[in-house]
Amino acid sequence: MNKIVKKEKLAERIYRLEVEAPLIAASRKAGNFIIARTGKLGERIPLTVVDSDLDKGTITLVVQEMGVSSKKICALNEGEYITDLVGPLGRPTDIKKVGTILACAGGLGAAPMLPIIKAFKEAGNRVITILAARSKDLLILKEELAANSDEFIIMTDDGTEGKKGLITVGMEEVIAREKIDECIAVGPGVMMKFCALTTKKHNIPTMVSLNAIMVDGTGMCGACRVTVGDETKFTCVDGPEFDAHKIDFDEFLLRLGGYKDQENVLLENFEKSCKLK
Amino acid sequence: MKQSLDYYKELRNEEWRVALRKNIKAKERIAKERVEMPEVPPMVRSKSQTTEVNKGLTKEMAVEEAKRCMDCANPTCIDGCPVGINIPKFIKHIENEEPLKAIATLKESSALPAACGRVCPQEKQCEANCFYTLKLNKPAVAIGHLERYAADYENNSDEKVVQEVAPSNGIKVGVVGSGPSGLAFAGDMVKFGYDVTVFEALHEIGGVLKYGIPEFRLPNSLVDVEIESLKRMGVKFETNFIVGQTQTIEQLREQGFKSFYVASGAGLPRFMNIPGENVNGVLSANEYLTRVNLMFAGSAEADTPVIKGKNVAVIGGGNTAMDAVRTAIRMGAENAMIIYRRSLEQLPARAEEVHHAKQEGVFFNTLKNPIEFLHESGKLNAVKVQHMELGEPDASGRRRPIPIEGKTEIIPIDVAIMAIGVSPNPIIPNSVKGLDISKWGTIEVSEETRQSSVEDIYAGGDIVRGGATVILAMGDGRDAAASMHKKLQAEMNN
Ligand SMILES: Cc1cc2nc3c(=O)[nH]c(=O)nc-3n(C[C@H](O)[C@H](O)[C@H](O)COP(=O)(O)OP(=O)(O)OC[C@H]3O[C@@H](n4cnc5c(N)ncnc54)[C@H](O)[C@@H]3O)c2cc1C
Ligand code: FES
Repeated sequence: MNKIVKKEKLAERIYRLEVEAPLIAASRKAGNFIIARTGKLGERIPLTVVDSDLDKGTITLVVQEMGVSSKKICALNEGEYITDLVGPLGRPTDIKKVGTILACAGGLGAAPMLPIIKAFKEAGNRVITILAARSKDLLILKEELAANSDEFIIMTDDGTEGKKGLITVGMEEVIAREKIDECIAVGPGVMMKFCALTTKKHNIPTMVSLNAIMVDGTGMCGACRVTVGDETKFTCVDGPEFDAHKIDFDEFLLRLGGYKDQENVLLENFEKSCKLK
Repeated sequence: MKQSLDYYKELRNEEWRVALRKNIKAKERIAKERVEMPEVPPMVRSKSQTTEVNKGLTKEMAVEEAKRCMDCANPTCIDGCPVGINIPKFIKHIENEEPLKAIATLKESSALPAACGRVCPQEKQCEANCFYTLKLNKPAVAIGHLERYAADYENNSDEKVVQEVAPSNGIKVGVVGSGPSGLAFAGDMVKFGYDVTVFEALHEIGGVLKYGIPEFRLPNSLVDVEIESLKRMGVKFETNFIVGQTQTIEQLREQGFKSFYVASGAGLPRFMNIPGENVNGVLSANEYLTRVNLMFAGSAEADTPVIKGKNVAVIGGGNTAMDAVRTAIRMGAENAMIIYRRSLEQLPARAEEVHHAKQEGVFFNTLKNPIEFLHESGKLNAVKVQHMELGEPDASGRRRPIPIEGKTEIIPIDVAIMAIGVSPNPIIPNSVKGLDISKWGTIEVSEETRQSSVEDIYAGGDIVRGGATVILAMGDGRDAAASMHKKLQAEMNN
């Protein structure tokens, strides 16, 4: 049982939660995630550790309401408890000094990106961050990302804030004007796929953090498998970060939708039961 | 642990046993038919994930079956038991209508008789070495069913076998993993007086007994009885704690843990590395069983989804494969088949599970090996199999399956479940320096003491043996407890 000590709405359907988890707060590194479960019949879902506070013994999570499980977590209030929380999971980001980093965050990807750029910046890199979303009100963690970047660019598909256009447009502009040593992309699967294609053209080593479907998060089930190069890897223990140019994104995108039909049914039932209450 | 023949002889010569033997003539004993285990009919049980298939023997049945046991002077059955249960003694207690004494006998050697009575491969162990099997060519005494009877008797009665717990010695020991091996170790150590903490990565205690073996074969409530009894004796459980990640062994040492028993199991599913294996609809048995058994997917209120196939193929022939295919039937599959590359006779699963699976309508498609999964826009729709035949025996003495050149077949399916084996969980091997690891990724330990190359770390169960059995895992836990206790005691006295 882990207590929610602070809850804050970042955008429509997106919440920041500060949760008591002293052991994880102490051992987590950039790139790590946790698995959370709400309720005795709840589902285990992976969430990135966005930040931690050692003094308070808390970790920060950012959750977007999507299916039943994320809705249930978002419905919890300050003072209430997440039933189970385990971690830190996954390999931490390989942080080193490489020069200039181009960090591409799409939508909710801003949350996992924050600890990564913090660590790269601390390691002495120049960090250029592009934050992209469909529209202005879906941009989250602007101040935090800006504070940890040397340059901060905002892009929206509809032009309601920052530059208008897809994230790849912004990437091309930056790449055209200066030498990028490494790129990191975190966001929706399709976005990461196109980021990877963009940097491949320019031969820029690129890393992505995959949000695969998971069950246990400890390598026990293989739900999170992904093809990297010629090998099958488990995202939860071999990842979540991989060389973007080796990932079979088409397979990854299909796998992300693997339980869509079942999830839609579950969501419908859930929403019905909420209305009844 | 197995004792000397003299030890068994002495107990056999106790008055009550001599008297029992005299009660019924050997000829009459032999003439009795093996009692059949009552079962829920296949048509009824195959609709429920939770209805236990075997109903258990009644008292009359158990006593009648116990009478078949000849109480042999040379009890060969014990040779077949990995933990050396005094089998004739417990059976004679049942014949004598003293089931509580029977369970006490079982508990001298086994920490989990209710589970072992249900899931041990008896036909390869004790029952394979029964006098009836060896000398009479008749069905063995139903040792497993009798073990279950004694265990259930205790569980359902107010009388309990008293477990003595030594006064606390305050020494902290840690257990990694709460499967049968970790639980057995914890039970013995707490009785020796240690301050025992079991760390478990999942949110549930019980390891494979909970997330793997389905409710229709081993009810969770039985495992919970054991866990509750351990808690009452003072064992502490930390769920959602991954040793090596949440905290390391090194950090636990700093907190005063004197020694560790690693029983982290062989949790990693293997895949075949054939084309199409990552399409939707192909999943590991671990994933399928975890969704259903641990997360209750399929029940109305659970949030975890599961794919319910119409035509389900399970690849493999072990217990995991049987559990997966029978679960698929219970989830509503219209056709459920086992695809196995060897022959029916070579299936490694418990004979009873194969029997039950057949009753429930599972089709055994043997001498076939998948070579490709076919799909339409990322969704599985068929498996291509290579036909096989049996060639020369391999190192294990089993005839090796070899492909029949050019003979393949396409079988339409919408779900494929891979149950072709598991590998050791690498978290501990990767996170502890100086730990000797075999080329298979298992932890190397001394056969005698169960101690690893790191002085304060002992290990057993599947993390040492690869995928093995509940009874072996449990036996390792007890052996490790005995040897760790001896070492810590010696240190204390110095
Ligand atoms: C579906 C299935 C059916 C089976 N049927 C039978 C049968 O009929 N008969 C039989 O005898 N055997 C059967 N087996 C095999 C048997 O279950 C295993 O041999 C036995 O459970 C091994 O016990 P264990 O304690 O070594 O490991 P496990 O039961 O695997 O338990 C290991 C535990 O350790 C935890 N863990 C791992 N790493 C860490 C860590 N770093 N920190 C904390 N916790 C950790 C895991 O989460 C797990 O709960 C079956 C196995 C499966 C999967
Ligand atoms: S989530 Fe189960 S193996 Fe990765």
